[in-house]
Amino acid sequence: MPEAKYLLVGSSHAALEALRAIRRLDPDGSMAMVTRDGALPYSPTVLPYVMSGRSRPDAVILRDRAFFDEVGCRFVSGVAATGLDTAARSVRLADGTQWRYGRLLVATGAAPAIPPIPGLDTVAFHVLRTLDDAVGLRARMGLARRAVVLGAGLVGLHAAETLAEAGLSVSVIEMRGQVLPGYIDAKASARIEAAFAGHGVKLLLGRTATRVAAQDVGIAVTTDDGRTVEGDLLLVATGVRPVTDWLAGSGVQVERGVLVDGFLRTSAADVWAAGDVAQGLDFASGTRQVLGIIPTAVEQGRIAGFDMAGDAGQKPWVGGLPVNTYRFFGRPAVSVGQAAAGGDGFEVVEQDLPHLYRRIVLAGDRLVGIASVDDPFDAGIMGELIRRRVDLAAVKDAFLADPTAIGRRLMSEQWR
Amino acid sequence: MSIAYDTIAFRSAKCDGCGECMKACAAVKQGTSRISIVPGARDGAFEMALCRQCGDPKCVMVCPAGALSKNAGNGIVDWAADRCVDCLLCTSGCAYGAISADPIGGRVIKCDQCGGDPACVGACPTDALEWGSAGSIYNRFGDKEDMFVPGLAGCQGCNSELIMRHVMRRIGRNSVLATPPGCIPGMGSVGYNGKTGTKVPVFHPLLTNTASMLAGVRRYYDKIGRKDIVVMALAGDGGTVDCGFHAVSGAAERGEKILYICVDNEGYMNTGMQRSGATPYGSWTSTTPVGDKLKGKTQDAKNMPMIMVAHRAAYVATASTAYMEELYDKLDRAIEASFHGFSYLHIYSPCPTGWRVPANKVIEACRLSVESNFVTLWEYTPEAGLRFTRSPDRPVPVVDYARTIGKYRHLDADQLAHIQAKVDEQVALLKRLAGEVSAVSAARAAAPEDSSTSAGAVPPPLRHETFRP
Ligand SMILES: Cc1cc2nc3c(=O)[nH]c(=O)nc-3n(C[C@H](O)[C@H](O)[C@H](O)COP(=O)(O)OP(=O)(O)OC[C@H]3O[C@@H](n4cnc5c(N)ncnc54)[C@H](O)[C@@H]3O)c2cc1C
Ligand code: SF4
Ligand code: SF4
Repeated sequence: MPEAKYLLVGSSHAALEALRAIRRLDPDGSMAMVTRDGALPYSPTVLPYVMSGRSRPDAVILRDRAFFDEVGCRFVSGVAATGLDTAARSVRLADGTQWRYGRLLVATGAAPAIPPIPGLDTVAFHVLRTLDDAVGLRARMGLARRAVVLGAGLVGLHAAETLAEAGLSVSVIEMRGQVLPGYIDAKASARIEAAFAGHGVKLLLGRTATRVAAQDVGIAVTTDDGRTVEGDLLLVATGVRPVTDWLAGSGVQVERGVLVDGFLRTSAADVWAAGDVAQGLDFASGTRQVLGIIPTAVEQGRIAGFDMAGDAGQKPWVGGLPVNTYRFFGRPAVSVGQAAAGGDGFEVVEQDLPHLYRRIVLAGDRLVGIASVDDPFDAGIMGELIRRRVDLAAVKDAFLADPTAIGRRLMSEQWR
Repeated sequence: MSIAYDTIAFRSAKCDGCGECMKACAAVKQGTSRISIVPGARDGAFEMALCRQCGDPKCVMVCPAGALSKNAGNGIVDWAADRCVDCLLCTSGCAYGAISADPIGGRVIKCDQCGGDPACVGACPTDALEWGSAGSIYNRFGDKEDMFVPGLAGCQGCNSELIMRHVMRRIGRNSVLATPPGCIPGMGSVGYNGKTGTKVPVFHPLLTNTASMLAGVRRYYDKIGRKDIVVMALAGDGGTVDCGFHAVSGAAERGEKILYICVDNEGYMNTGMQRSGATPYGSWTSTTPVGDKLKGKTQDAKNMPMIMVAHRAAYVATASTAYMEELYDKLDRAIEASFHGFSYLHIYSPCPTGWRVPANKVIEACRLSVESNFVTLWEYTPEAGLRFTRSPDRPVPVVDYARTIGKYRHLDADQLAHIQAKVDEQVALLKRLAGEVSAVSAARAAAPEDSSTSAGAVPPPLRHETFRP
């Protein structure tokens, strides 16, 4: 039975950062990384660019074999974990192997959530989460004229843009009344919607797909207002769900994701979880949420890794902050924190100019969220101002006028 | 040996916001500047955003495309344009505002240190930006042999021990070392119980005869044809400016070919912190106590390196451990000069015990002493004259330095004013020496055939230069 002091399941951002953290404290402890994907580590975020052809599939690899040899980590790919026995401290793999572990990291991320739309199970459709998905979509894309995308979140919009730029006629169906719901406010999304419309993408906002049916050629999607949208290619991008099925029966507590504490420990001894699979502290609400972004996956991976390696000086996590940097047709949209918040207790200052849009949300003279379109800012600095709850009372007007300059100044002062 | 990296340092106190660094960067990068200077909290204060080439770079870890990586060779966090997909995620990883979307073109931009010769540093007229090449020094000397045994009994944070180890690491085994009474032999370099604490021939002269003995040692080596031996002293200020003064002066006057390094901790520290001729005005020492009447030393320190200039020694320089690059440069020149004539290096060495400076603040004390002009860094040769190696312009007030030193805690406003006036006077005098002494023609300065004076000509005009690292 193979065994490792540190067993990492998953090979994306969270697991890679945990590996790095562990190796900083424990250069020699035996380690293995097991992943379902057949490829070397890569990021799901880069997939729209693989789909568009901008990035070659072999050029998005984040770590090569030599890296794993160098850091002394066995890399076992193309085989999924199917079960966990915390009493025996072992993980069962799809090929029947049992891995014994000293400390286990669950970093299996998320997978597309497939909505229960009648008929969807009878047709061929695409998702975008793995390299194979992207390569498959790219191949299919070349043969199609019309595409239907379900969902106008980051994945749906990225894909819709790629499809439109490739010359397909694209329709996007979104249940909510705006694109990127939850990330940005309606005014910001209006600018994005206008850009998509300008590039010929049909956005059906506030519409629910009620039925999907196969046609002689392609598919047809019926919406709740009785309309039918036809396509040769269907992409489902209605959200993701943490990959926790393999933990069933293990006793590891799972709600929406794997529940973790401030050190990314799960309810089971010697089992940690990080990244899209984990449900951990959310900075703003103080509740446990699945955040589903790279910065959180990296932060969690690091803390989990340090804790797994027994870091005595570890401080509990302050919680995750939504951070999104998004480009549509070359234009930047950035949001950090509670950028869409408003109402009681919040002070919202918007700049709604023809060439840019900026929205700053304060609470008690402290920054809690900021978003912009066509006006990129230092997202990392804004995140720090929010996390450190820096009092902006003395510089408020200046900050509202030029958040970049004042942000840089404040951080420079803080670092010295 | 691990590897260390050079870096750009920013001294906000010196920045006047002129923006030359940004112009220079924008020019070499043909676009937007990678360094940004922004107004600070107070009027006239400025802050900076620039990539720190993190050892643990978060921008790298959040990049989904593998477009950023830490270059193990030079420490730079490299950006690969062809791999980058312009997602801007890296801008969310960096808490320094150091990688950002270029308003022109929209791709991310960050500092790459111009391959080791950053344009911004060269353009900064106030030395607020400095190229710190301590990393290169470490790479050059890090695995050279330490010439002292481990476990010397110096105090915690002792700057003199730092100086001894650095100097001898550079000079190496081909040397004969004299360490007259003081902290240096006291902490065990001359050894205990018949064993030496130094890996080169070391001896313990009297306080009074160090330079004379070295002169004899050199003459002997000359006689047997060994021209490669560095004959040198690591002496304290007491043994140099007081008890050993006549011997040093005589050796310098005769042009003896020795390297004399004075490690100046401003007093007789190992015997109980008595005052010396190098102790500055106002200092508390055990013989210049602070009480109802006396308020520390009542005389000013003598400036030994200037006295050595007056001897027209082959090489004279001052150095500080806060500026290691300079210290090593001067050490190179001092060694070289010691084969031709009397070479004198004066290294300032704050003493954590005797000065009451916390061990972890010693280097900071070194830095402030220089930034306030309490200590000036310069070098002199008879040929080139005196030249500042670090600009004495735009100093911080001496009180900023004095405040960090326990032995000055009692100083009242009058005493501080006196010290400030003395500092200003010294700097003015040095500036005159550096800039306004008229050149003597080479013909007149050349020594006659049969004279034993070193044949030092004084051709070029003496000048005042600002050091650019
Ligand atoms: C198209 C797209 C665009 C995105 N854009 C952004 C963006 O702009 N910004 C942003 O912050 N985030 C974005 N994201 C989200 C981001 O990619 C994720 O938050 C991040 O990848 C999470 O990393 P992770 O390590 O938690 O898990 P994942 O990246 O989901 O990786 C999970 C890993 O676990 C492995 N695995 C899964 N199941 C098993 C199993 N049973 N056994 C073994 N191994 C298993 C997988 O092979 C994979 O290696 C995007 C995602 C997509 C799909
Ligand atoms: S860009 Fe920022 S995070 Fe990246 S190396 Fe530079 S300072 Fe560090
Ligand atoms: S903008 Fe480029 S360098 Fe920055 S995270 Fe995205 S791909 Fe990496």
